[in-house]
Amino acid sequence: MVILGNILIFIGSLFLALGGLGLIRMPDVYNRLQAGTKATTLGAMGVILGSAFLAPEMLTKAVLLIVFIAMANPVSSSTIGRSAYKGGVPLASRSVRDDWEKEEAAE
Amino acid sequence: MRKWKGTFALLFLLAVSWLLIVSSVAFVELIAGAVAIVVIVLLTHRSRDLFGGLRLSLKALLFTPIYLMVFLWQLIRSNLDIARRVLSPSLPINPGIVKVQTQLQSSLGKLILANSITLTPGTLTLDVEGSSLYVHWVDVKGTDADAATQSIVAGFERTLMEVVE
Repeated sequence: MVILGNILIFIGSLFLALGGLGLIRMPDVYNRLQAGTKATTLGAMGVILGSAFLAPEMLTKAVLLIVFIAMANPVSSSTIGRSAYKGGVPLASRSVRDDWEKEEAAE
Repeated sequence: MRKWKGTFALLFLLAVSWLLIVSSVAFVELIAGAVAIVVIVLLTHRSRDLFGGLRLSLKALLFTPIYLMVFLWQLIRSNLDIARRVLSPSLPINPGIVKVQTQLQSSLGKLILANSITLTPGTLTLDVEGSSLYVHWVDVKGTDADAATQSIVAGFERTLMEVVE
C-alpha cells in the first residue's frame, strides 16, 4: 500500500512538473491553459489518491476531492479562456484557424 | 415537474456528499448537514432546473460508470499527449479555434460535455452558445466543421446521451 501510494504521488507530481514545463514552452494563453488544465487535473488526482493510500482513513474524503477537482478545474479554465478571448488576447501567430472570430465579424 | 426533479437530485447529491465527508451518522452531524443542505438549496433556487436534465432510469445508472471510465481513460491519454508535445524540441502544435455542434438539449448535458472536452486530448472548450461549442484545439486537422464535430464531440455524446437529456 505504501509503495503504491508513493508511486501514485510520484506519477502525480511528474505530470504537475510537465504541466509547469508546458506553461513555459507553449506560445499563447490558450495553449498554456491546455497544458495547465490537463496536467493539474491528473496530477492533483494522482497526488490525492496516493495520499489516500498512505492514510487509508482519508479515502472517502480523497475520492470526494477528486470528484470536485474533476468538476471545478475544467470550468475554471474554460472561464479563463473565454475571458481572455473576449478581452482580446490574440492567438499565437502559428494558429491555423479561428471559427469564433469569423462569427464575431459576421455579426 | 422538471424543476422538482432538479431540486430532489441536488438534495440527494448533497446528502450523499455530506455523509461521505463526515463519514458518521451522529445526530449532531446530521443536523449540521441538513441545515447546510437547506441553505444551499435555497441559495441555488434560481437555477434549480440544472439537475432536471438527469435521466432517472436503470440504463442511465448503468451508463454512468461507463462514462466515468471513458472519461478517465481520455484524461490519461490527454496528459500523455500534452507531455509528448511539451517534451519534443520542435513543439509540434497546430492550434486554432473550431466550432462544433452538440445534440444535447439540457444545460447539465452541455456542461458535462464541455468539461469532458476540456479534459480530452488537445481540446479546451472556450464558450457554449446554444447548441454550438467553441473549442480551442492544439492540433487542428482538416478544415471541415463536421469532421471536427465528429472527432471531438461524437465519442462522448453517445454515452452521455444515455445519462442526461
